[in-house]
Amino acid sequence: MLRYVVKRVLLAAITIFLVATITFFLMRMVPGGPFIAEKSISEQAQAALNAKFGLDKPVWVQYKNYMTGALHGDFSLSLKQRGRTVSEIIASKFPISAKLGGLSVLIALAIGIPFGSIAALNRGKWLDQLIMVIATCGIAFPSFVICTVGMYLFGVRLKWLPTFGLTSPLHYILPIFSLAFYPMAYITRLMRSSMLDVLDQDYMRTARSKGLSRSRSLFKHALRNAVLPVVTYVGPMLAYTLTGSFVVEKIFVIPGLGGQFVSSIMTRDYTVIMGTTIFLATLLILMNVVVDIIYKMIDPRIQLK
Amino acid sequence: MTSKSPLSFQLNTDDFLPATDEEKQNLVKMRPSVSFWKDAMSRLRRNKVAMISLAVILVVMIFSFIVPAFYPYRYEQQIKGSEYLHPMAYSEQEQARMDAGEKVFPHILGTDNLGRDYAVRVMMGSRISLLVGLVASAIVLIIGSIYGAVSGFFGGWVDTIMMRIVDIIYTIPDILLIVLLSFALKAPIAKLAARKGFGWIQVMGPNLISIFIVFALLYWVGMARIVRGQILTLKQNEYVTAAKALGASNARIIRRHLLTNCIGTLIVTTTLQIPSSIFTESFLSFLGMGVAVPLPSLGSLASDSLNGLTSYPYLLMAPALLISLIILSFNLFGDGLRDAFDPKMKS
Repeated sequence: MLRYVVKRVLLAAITIFLVATITFFLMRMVPGGPFIAEKSISEQAQAALNAKFGLDKPVWVQYKNYMTGALHGDFSLSLKQRGRTVSEIIASKFPISAKLGGLSVLIALAIGIPFGSIAALNRGKWLDQLIMVIATCGIAFPSFVICTVGMYLFGVRLKWLPTFGLTSPLHYILPIFSLAFYPMAYITRLMRSSMLDVLDQDYMRTARSKGLSRSRSLFKHALRNAVLPVVTYVGPMLAYTLTGSFVVEKIFVIPGLGGQFVSSIMTRDYTVIMGTTIFLATLLILMNVVVDIIYKMIDPRIQLK
Repeated sequence: MTSKSPLSFQLNTDDFLPATDEEKQNLVKMRPSVSFWKDAMSRLRRNKVAMISLAVILVVMIFSFIVPAFYPYRYEQQIKGSEYLHPMAYSEQEQARMDAGEKVFPHILGTDNLGRDYAVRVMMGSRISLLVGLVASAIVLIIGSIYGAVSGFFGGWVDTIMMRIVDIIYTIPDILLIVLLSFALKAPIAKLAARKGFGWIQVMGPNLISIFIVFALLYWVGMARIVRGQILTLKQNEYVTAAKALGASNARIIRRHLLTNCIGTLIVTTTLQIPSSIFTESFLSFLGMGVAVPLPSLGSLASDSLNGLTSYPYLLMAPALLISLIILSFNLFGDGLRDAFDPKMKS
């Protein structure tokens, strides 16, 4: 167990370091800079701004300064949002995206797992076919189609739901539904195919023949084994969903991390890009570790190594 | 012959006569040998959903690649006075021309804010989306299969390093790489287009080319992982040892023996890559980073229609439904191919 922890932490540190390094140099390779786009700024002011943020130094020196700062937990100031640190920006935007993302993943799991299992148990019947048709559509429709069509139908036409902002619980329904649609469909399909696999296993027959009731054998044996692929999928997916979807945030005008990230890329807000990338990579790696641990909890046969 | 007692053990000598040639032929009723391809194709043909999807894909291709050439309107043609026409509606000028006995081709899907015929724009948009899907998938196939095969075949530290690189590309957020790379590629591609002999880049649009390159650089990682997994099991086979013993080079073994044996996986993964490329392109266009105006793509059409959503919802519905249909058909066709080529493989 100790070996596992040490190995995971080391690997994580190396990966995050490499991701940060690649991102840093990739950003600098791209033409343009944070202060070039603003025409109102004179050349002297540009030079002064560059000097203030240390952007006039050679890239290597900038890299060293940034990395030393980051190691000490200082992700420096945003280049575009005056006076705000990157940590502040992430801390203010992340909870908004995380609330939406977390709820949508919960909904996706709460619908996907039972429906996938129901489809597998009714293999070939109309219920299975109906669920699979919906799930296949869910995978095929791009998120912006779901968002815009949903917004038009429920917001503009029926006027049941508000179309932008996040001021009341009603405001959450459309964005959460749009976010949940794809993972819900994916989990349903995943659950169905792994459930079909498990139902064919010998231990299922054994469980039934030793006198276990159908529901008990399904919940104790089948579900436990069949849910493993879903866990693998949900881990990394959760990391991406929690950090916000740009499309959903743009369409429903939500001030989340996803939209912030894209706009900082567009305006070359180097420090915000770096901070968000490191944050996302850390979250992703953390989720993979959580997946490993949940695996071990669900299936004690698995050895962590 | 006299009738014999039912209890007699005497055998009927007629049963032991040599067989005629005809009888011999009847016995040798071998099944004609069915090749891997024929077997898969017949399985595919029996799959109704897959065949319908294929038909849909073909129809969409005809409409997007052939029909615009004969269509009475062009995608960038702005008709004055015909802005924001509803489907099948005519502007006053067109009405007047029709009253004068002239024939005016109807705007089947109406027109957009600049008076451009929407039907032909949607067709051109799906052409761009299909093109991106097909070309990007082809590039992904080439890079991914070679990378995965090399990594899986050599194993050891080569494999470890190559797969670590894949992991890192996986960890960097897609959208960051896409946006940064397409900015970075803009200048070099524009420079290349100005050179002699590269005029075709200008025709296709530098943005489109940079989308191809970005996809190729990003999405081969999934393909590489899948191919590597296949190669890892395939290389254990005796015929690989035999080929090695006969002195075949590594390149030959990978090309002739290993990659040809995972052809099913390659086809299926490539087919399923097409919708995901279309997906990403539409997303990019939605962001405003896709194809350059006036060239439409399904994503940019849907994105443009958002401003007038309340009054002109049909401008959203056409591209949104079409892109969903295209992705759905490719997905279902890919699923069918998977079932046909490898009935054991599950999603």
